[in-house]
Amino acid sequence: MALRRQSVVLGVLLAPVTLFLGIFFLLPLCIIAVFSFLTPGLYGGVEWTFYHWNYGRIFGWADGFIEIFEPVYLQILWRSLSFAALTVILTLILCYPVAFWVSRLSDRWRLVFLFLITLPFFSSLIVRLYAWLLILKPTGLLNTVLLNIGLISEPLEILYTPAAVVLGMVYVMVPFMFLPLYASVDTLDRAQIEASLDLGANRVQTFLKVVLPQTLPGIIGGAVIVFIPSVGNFVVPDVLGGAKGLMIGNLVEQQFLSSRNWPFGSALSMIIMAVVLTVLMVSVRRAKKVGGHA
Amino acid sequence: MAPLLEIRDARRTFLTPEGGRLAALDGVSLSVEANEFVTLLGPSGCGKTTLLRAISGFEALDSGTMVLDGADLSALPPFRRPVNTVFQSYALFGHMTVARNVGYALEVAGVAKSQREVQVAEVLEKVGLAGLGARRPGQLSGGQRQRVALARSIIAKPRLLLLDEPLSALDRNLRQQMQLELKSLQHALGIAFIFVTHDQEEALTMSDWIVVMRAGKIEQIGTPREIYRQPKNRFVAEFIGETNLFPVTVDRVEGGDALARTADGVELRLPVLGRKAGEQVTAILRPADFTLGPTGIPGRVSRAVYLGSDLYLFVQPQAGGPEIRVIARDNQDAREGSAVHLSHDPARVHVLEAG
Ligand SMILES: Nc1ncnc2c1ncn2[C@@H]1O[C@H](COP(=O)(O)OP(=O)(O)O)[C@@H](O)[C@H]1O
Ligand SMILES: [Mg+2]
Repeated sequence: MALRRQSVVLGVLLAPVTLFLGIFFLLPLCIIAVFSFLTPGLYGGVEWTFYHWNYGRIFGWADGFIEIFEPVYLQILWRSLSFAALTVILTLILCYPVAFWVSRLSDRWRLVFLFLITLPFFSSLIVRLYAWLLILKPTGLLNTVLLNIGLISEPLEILYTPAAVVLGMVYVMVPFMFLPLYASVDTLDRAQIEASLDLGANRVQTFLKVVLPQTLPGIIGGAVIVFIPSVGNFVVPDVLGGAKGLMIGNLVEQQFLSSRNWPFGSALSMIIMAVVLTVLMVSVRRAKKVGGHA
Repeated sequence: MAPLLEIRDARRTFLTPEGGRLAALDGVSLSVEANEFVTLLGPSGCGKTTLLRAISGFEALDSGTMVLDGADLSALPPFRRPVNTVFQSYALFGHMTVARNVGYALEVAGVAKSQREVQVAEVLEKVGLAGLGARRPGQLSGGQRQRVALARSIIAKPRLLLLDEPLSALDRNLRQQMQLELKSLQHALGIAFIFVTHDQEEALTMSDWIVVMRAGKIEQIGTPREIYRQPKNRFVAEFIGETNLFPVTVDRVEGGDALARTADGVELRLPVLGRKAGEQVTAILRPADFTLGPTGIPGRVSRAVYLGSDLYLFVQPQAGGPEIRVIARDNQDAREGSAVHLSHDPARVHVLEAG
């Protein structure tokens, strides 16, 4: 009896969320999945006939007649994955030592630091990226300073390069890496570090055998949260990347807005999603294995 | 022969949050011989943990020297000291199996896996955990975790094992069992133990030597019997076991005894050695030192607690003053309200010179 009442209450409470996710998340997803197998309309939209060339164009079974195989799509996909991976690695290298440092600060300074790290969320991403544009451009802050102190004799060409895109993505993603990392570093058991040293492990051994495994959930968490939005990111390459910095997110954007090829854009989106889901599943399994029963 | 561990005048102060200075170690000197069971005993906050951490290398001394096996310890980082610790919180590695926890010291020392497995099985057997090597610490009971921590810290055969209140988290029965096991393990291993506790009973049952500490200082070092029978001062007397303290004035020396009385007029007989009429001293008598009989201090039982084979009595002396605690055999006819006489053997009285 009580159990049934409970499940009714639970159902009522969960209904709005279920409805919301169903309408605004699952439904669009299904539409994209379906669209990716439809024929592109002449002026945008779709025609309701089955069409597999969308994927053919990307993966190479296009016949060269109706649709042409262009390896550039796979190249751009590969580039997006590498940029995202690079972003993960760089944010990790940046944030890991800082997380340790912050966890040792006094309560007050720790709070100040955590506030500072979330501060960027209070302003628009586009505005912040344009600030980077102003810094990086040939007559921008960075080049002016470097020229004036005589480190370089000609302005560096950073803007509109892959480096600028990765830099921008690292900048955007740092808080997302930092917070889960900090959470795991902060709950690290100091006594276990001492136990390791006490048992004769030197600092490197202690790091590899105790600190790293114990903070791995945070590392994996941060990596996933950074990797997923990075793969599909199109705002950063839009502002800071030139032709060589184009990412798959930009392609999707183009298909829907300028090329008006919705089915092809949908196919690209499905591929991003497949990649992201794979990464997610692999890392969750990893984290479970590492976390064990501890 | 030089002692295994020699600590000279160790000092360590901390800054308190209020801005003051607190001497956690205030001139501690201590030496420990090989294969001894030494207990640091004292109330919470007296500096026991700080002393252990100084020995294991996690706390630096402000001044003083520590020499282990002829080597100056202050130059060595924790991982180079031939000392292992059983931590109060156990500090087991939650992400490793029990076997890997136990074999950790060998693993980091580069001992081959096959050899490691043999030794781990041996040590697990020794602490009564045979067959549990594949578990994670999270799947063990408190007592089992305690044994894992112990096994982990003895596998590398340190010269000295430090144990920081290792039994405080266990329930009473398990604690008493572990006390005996620890003692016999120490004997079998031939490792010197420095064992920290704030439980005087634990200290008395386990130790070769007890070091009583208070506020960063050592109050007394002695065997359990010395500490119990001949405490150096009121603090030690009151900290170790149940005590009756009588501030008395010596009345006269008469035959083999010195007669003394409290301000209220309770009469005691003290050992005559060195006593002079008129001097003020403190007489210490343990509850078991009194016997109920036809003569002695007259009083009335105000409370009787049944302890099984013994009776624990609170006796209000007729002359007045604080209640006297007495342990009597249960076969005696003493119940609440009954009138009794307490007699004692003068030889059992311990005298503190200062009044
Ligand atoms: N890291 C520290 N910072 C400030 N004060 C400390 C620190 N460690 C210990 N103390 C103080 O030193 C005193 C002795 O502590 P401790 O050695 O832990 O006592 P025990 O183990 O005997 O209970 C306590 O008053 C404690 O508050
Ligand atoms: Mg302590």
